[in-house]
Amino acid sequence: MKIAIASGKGGTGKTTIATNLALTLANAGTNVQLLDCDVEEPNCHIFLKPEIESATPVTVPIPKVIEEKCTGCGICAEVCEFSAIAVVKKKVLIFSELCHGCGACSLFCPEDAFIEVPREVGAIEKGYADGITFTQGLLNIGELMSPAVISEVKKSAGDPDVLIIDSPPGTSCPVIEAVKDAEFILLVTEPTPFGLNDLKLAVGMAKALNLPFAVAINRSDIGDDAVAEYCRRENIEIFLEIPNDRRIAEAYSRGEMVVRELPEYLETFKTCWDRIRAFSEKETSSKPDSDGTAKEA
Amino acid sequence: MKEIVVISGKGGTGKTSIVASFAALAGKAILADCDVDAADLHLVLNPVIERREDFSGGKKASIIEENCIGCDRCIEECRFDAISYPDSGKADTPRVNHIFCEGCGVCFRVCPADAISFEPAVNGEWYVSSTMYGPMVHARLGMAEGNSGKLVSQIRQEARSIAEKENLDYIIVDGSPGVGCPVISSITGADLVLVITEPTLSGRHDLLRVAELTSFFRIPTIVCVNKWDLNADITGQIEQEAREHNVRPAGRVRYDTSVTGAQIAGTSIIAFADGDVSRDIRNLWNSVVTTLDGGAA
Repeated sequence: MKIAIASGKGGTGKTTIATNLALTLANAGTNVQLLDCDVEEPNCHIFLKPEIESATPVTVPIPKVIEEKCTGCGICAEVCEFSAIAVVKKKVLIFSELCHGCGACSLFCPEDAFIEVPREVGAIEKGYADGITFTQGLLNIGELMSPAVISEVKKSAGDPDVLIIDSPPGTSCPVIEAVKDAEFILLVTEPTPFGLNDLKLAVGMAKALNLPFAVAINRSDIGDDAVAEYCRRENIEIFLEIPNDRRIAEAYSRGEMVVRELPEYLETFKTCWDRIRAFSEKETSSKPDSDGTAKEA
Repeated sequence: MKEIVVISGKGGTGKTSIVASFAALAGKAILADCDVDAADLHLVLNPVIERREDFSGGKKASIIEENCIGCDRCIEECRFDAISYPDSGKADTPRVNHIFCEGCGVCFRVCPADAISFEPAVNGEWYVSSTMYGPMVHARLGMAEGNSGKLVSQIRQEARSIAEKENLDYIIVDGSPGVGCPVISSITGADLVLVITEPTLSGRHDLLRVAELTSFFRIPTIVCVNKWDLNADITGQIEQEAREHNVRPAGRVRYDTSVTGAQIAGTSIIAFADGDVSRDIRNLWNSVVTTLDGGAA
């Protein structure tokens, strides 16, 4: 079972939920893997303190010109939709940070004058902590290609009973890369106007991707009832509510796990998991195989 | 005219609430909400939209079914797995999944049958509005759309041209979390970056990555620890480390429930409550102004 923890708004508690859910499952003897796909600001490691066993660079292919073959015709610059190539005085200039790696330049070069070389944009690190198999991605500072790093993190997925994906905030390309093949998304929010506005955006994204989802409300007593009312109106289920407990905020600030410091919350996360599992069992039994799962894992 | 960009690294640290208060304090200023993934500033500044423009992040491919000869060249050359047959059988023509289409145009160019159209796609809207504190430029990115960096550039450009025309003193930019594409678009060429962080190990970790980013682009940077009194020790550590990275601590804002109260009331903290937290934000703004005008960063 592959579940993603996502949110429109940042700082709602995705990482807290992803790590504590993983530890709750691992404590119960479940084979669980956690992927930190927030590659711009990965934070799961602060809480899990995993032993990192390997680090691998993430590269994207970028074009390189074989000068002897190039005639300076300029077709490569014409077919590049990302302005990553300019041809000035018959010389090809490549702006590699802008390259999306689509391969148009080498595909359409009439002289076959391009080769592709790897360019490092980040790294993935694999490790292990308290029964949880762990991978995180780290985008190099100044790089734009978060989705390339996220995609590498996801390739490290083994075949655990439960795979938990901690996704970046927002609703655009990095988030889509992180959640697109999940079987279920837990959308984390808080009961405030910002939380509600951004939850609506995240719901729109989940619907656009045709993925089943439910909501988690963090610090559930700090604001108003608008989020709960919205969920009721839209028939969206709320699978987890975490109160605004100062002890949680303090444990978080020190990089400690909630279920370890405050074991009374183990039951909260366990209940959330039971709901996700029950929901997914209902989904799979009511849906034919060919539907919605066109992408292979 | 000076431009200040407020970012955070980690999400949910209070950027937008603080920017809304800056709007109330700044006098002749324009606001730009560049957190286009999860824009929230409009919820507290209640803008009246005066002009709206479509945003096109790039082109998207579509199959023209009646021309398609089913050669599958497009599927072979698409590196983003965006083209496939809708069902397992091969009875139909392929389809382009617009969510995964990168807009590279490779399929359009390899198609031997003129069966692919490649047109600018509208994937958002941006607005020029008026608020009680001055003009504001903001946007709405379509569900599950990419290229937020380009939209951020457009918003900043528009804000700058209005600021020049109306002879305003400040451009105040609300940025997005992370260190990737939209963040880079929002800070390049700015006069000053203010990082809002929180006294947690995650906040500290993410601040250091942001500081690395702003130093990479050589933008003077200051930091404010929001809700600093939740963990005074970590606040001290963050400020110490910030100094070591040439990021000057420019103020602290205390934890106060009236911040959430203001959000629910749909107004800025300054307008909502004239208490200690408002005083903290006033001091922070004064420090920003001194830095901008005196170059003391």
